[in-house]
Amino acid sequence: MVYFSKWKVVLVLTVLFLGLSYAAPNLIGKQSIPGDVPTWLPVKQVNLGLDLQGGSHLLLQVGLDAVIDERLESVVETVRSVLRQERIRYAGLGARNGVVSVTIRDVERVEEAYRAIRLVEAETSIDWDDETGQITVEFNDQAIQDLKNSAVLQSIEIVRRRVDETGVNEPTIQRQGDDRILVQLPGLGDPERIKRLLGRTAKLSFHLLNPNMSAREAMATRVPAGSMLLPAQNPAPGEDEFYLVQRRVMVGGETLVDSQPGFGNQTNQPVVTFRFDPVGAKRFGKVTTENVNRPFAIVLDDQVVSAPVIREPILGGSGEISGRFSVQEAQDLSLVLRAGALPAPLTILEERTVGPGLGQDSIEAGKLASIVGLIAVVVFMTISYGLFGIMANVALAFNITLILAVLSGLQATLTLPGIAGIVLTIGMAVDANVLIFERIREEARAGRTPIAAVDAGYSRALTTIWDANITTLIAAILLFAFGSGPVRGFAVTLAVGIVTSMFTAIMVTRLFVVTWLRRRRPSNLPI
Amino acid sequence: MALLRLIPAETNFQFITRHKIFLVFSALLMVASIGLVLTKGLAFGIDFKGGILIEVRTEGPANISNMRSDLAGLGLGEVALQEFGQSTDVLIRIQAQEGGEAAQQAAVNAVRESLGEGVDYRRTEFVGPTISQELLRDGIYAVLAAIGAILVYIWFRFEWQFGVAAVIALAHDIIATIGVFSLIQHEFNLATIAAVLTIAGYSINDTVVVFDRVREKLRKYKTLPLPELFNLAINKTLSRTIMTSVTTLLAVGALYVLGGEIIRDFAFAMMWGVVVGTYSSVCLAVPLLLYFNVDRGTGESTIERP
Repeated sequence: MVYFSKWKVVLVLTVLFLGLSYAAPNLIGKQSIPGDVPTWLPVKQVNLGLDLQGGSHLLLQVGLDAVIDERLESVVETVRSVLRQERIRYAGLGARNGVVSVTIRDVERVEEAYRAIRLVEAETSIDWDDETGQITVEFNDQAIQDLKNSAVLQSIEIVRRRVDETGVNEPTIQRQGDDRILVQLPGLGDPERIKRLLGRTAKLSFHLLNPNMSAREAMATRVPAGSMLLPAQNPAPGEDEFYLVQRRVMVGGETLVDSQPGFGNQTNQPVVTFRFDPVGAKRFGKVTTENVNRPFAIVLDDQVVSAPVIREPILGGSGEISGRFSVQEAQDLSLVLRAGALPAPLTILEERTVGPGLGQDSIEAGKLASIVGLIAVVVFMTISYGLFGIMANVALAFNITLILAVLSGLQATLTLPGIAGIVLTIGMAVDANVLIFERIREEARAGRTPIAAVDAGYSRALTTIWDANITTLIAAILLFAFGSGPVRGFAVTLAVGIVTSMFTAIMVTRLFVVTWLRRRRPSNLPI
Repeated sequence: MALLRLIPAETNFQFITRHKIFLVFSALLMVASIGLVLTKGLAFGIDFKGGILIEVRTEGPANISNMRSDLAGLGLGEVALQEFGQSTDVLIRIQAQEGGEAAQQAAVNAVRESLGEGVDYRRTEFVGPTISQELLRDGIYAVLAAIGAILVYIWFRFEWQFGVAAVIALAHDIIATIGVFSLIQHEFNLATIAAVLTIAGYSINDTVVVFDRVREKLRKYKTLPLPELFNLAINKTLSRTIMTSVTTLLAVGALYVLGGEIIRDFAFAMMWGVVVGTYSSVCLAVPLLLYFNVDRGTGESTIERP
């Protein structure tokens, strides 16, 4: 019998009410939601994807190999200084394939050397061979994993600080996979600047120059152990293009507490000023006191920014870097110094930037296509099924409201392909009703009474509707699982649309049809 | 008011007696599609082959040939320019650069410098080689997983014969869609994969509706010869099949015409998919059942003819 239980009526009305209230905030403009609406009212609007509101999507990779290399390099330096301190003669010290090895010349002292090294490199596994005198130092898998993990977490933190410093609204910065960072910057004006800011490690350190040899001599002969040859960042004509710098770090950039752009006192050129924390200030004061009249190098990302001569001890714990900067460069440099150095270099694996103009155009085009598509379907349904078609159309409107409500409520992201998914749903959502109506027509032709025809139409079409929609749902779920970015937005709207369209077809149109049948008790169906 | 009927109430088209024509046609379509993909290949977008895509809007109509020669002078390898939707909009595609991720950024900067001021950058996309390989791999997985999952579902809900026929029809639609993209050399990208999967969903949806009716008729008419029974099921559902195709085409057509340039290829794929999906459900999936020895079950039925 055509019977629609009370609880179903209540369910339909409740869903309708909830749908309307959750979809309603989208009718008002983004800014115009007043702050004083009661908290129980849904105020969330559909989240627009970056392709619609404009913005940048950057996928970064943390160069973890560099982290490991650097860590190994520091082990080499530690081993060197330990052995020197203990006056143990050695040869062939270096890092190869993730292993630091050194050969102790006096085989008798291998164990002594081993103990000395173990004392300072506790987290490594150290082996020694008293026949050959070789000692090897390496990290176990767990240590490497920890090292990588902390490098990624630290990188995320630094990226967040740098992005925050630029004043971008509501950036999303999250880890993806093992060694990737996803950065999403809505409505960004200058993505190039962010990329420049993220593209540099900003590892700052102060070194003394090698006092015994010039860069030119080193290039002609060989670079002495414990020193390195570094290029100048931006040499003026006639200035040195390379410097021979001691490897030992005088003071590192991690001791900086502040950095600001400014202008030099005498030159009036853009400079970057900085301030050390107490530890750094003390160390910097000590080194400058001991090395008056000798040059030191300010090294940024393995390039020498400048190499001034220490005129007098610098005890105040602050200083400035001048390096023929433009104003923008000075600003950017002070920003990255303030935010801190990245533990590893970042490379951009993927970038998708959409300007606000294109995003707005896409929204407009999507709206227009949805409305025109909707009207076309509504007209077609009306001329094909008459009164029943109108009922299906009301259900369709209800369906679109529900999609918007679910998207707003779940705070899912609506992308341009997502809009395509809604338009597609408009076309496909009526399918369930078409199935039912065609079945009703068939049953009516077979001679059933209107009520029996409707009843049979619904019950027979139902299994088909389930089967047909679940297969489409499978496709949508897989699309979500394997898709990325905007395509996921499509999968979301498609899946939501399938569920809501089944609900509206089975429950809503049926409620209309049943109500109409009971009121009118028609002798034949206008279908 | 007289209601519109695209399909008369009672039809009796002979789909099954002519099914060999359809099989031959579909076989040719498959051979042509695969041949095209093998010879002409697919115009992979940057999603799948890596590279740089920049959409710019110029003040006034763009002088594409000037821009082309300017950009060709940068030594960035293959640079393709095309008008995009309107005369002020230009789409610039630059091949993946040698020398890792940093080189790509350098290329973007070089293009920006070359085009100078007065150009609005509407879109800048860069996909590195690592990501493009992953995206292609994920896309292939998604399509295969969808086919597999649908096969399993149909198998559970019907019998294996139906599952196999449905999946053949499904693969047919996917191959035909890829073939068309090879023929017209439109960009094959992530959105195309999304379209292919949606077509898969749509096509199977259509097939399931017809199969459901076949199953119903199989239970009802135990002695009716299979060709006649299949034909009956197709004709009974024909009106619905056409109606749903029309409403979907109306919606997707609106998207194609009005949805903007970015979504146009996607909408095109969907339109093609609806047409081919409808065809395959009716003319391929059901006739294929003839070759799979459908189990009619036992038990007597008094009804011999509809």
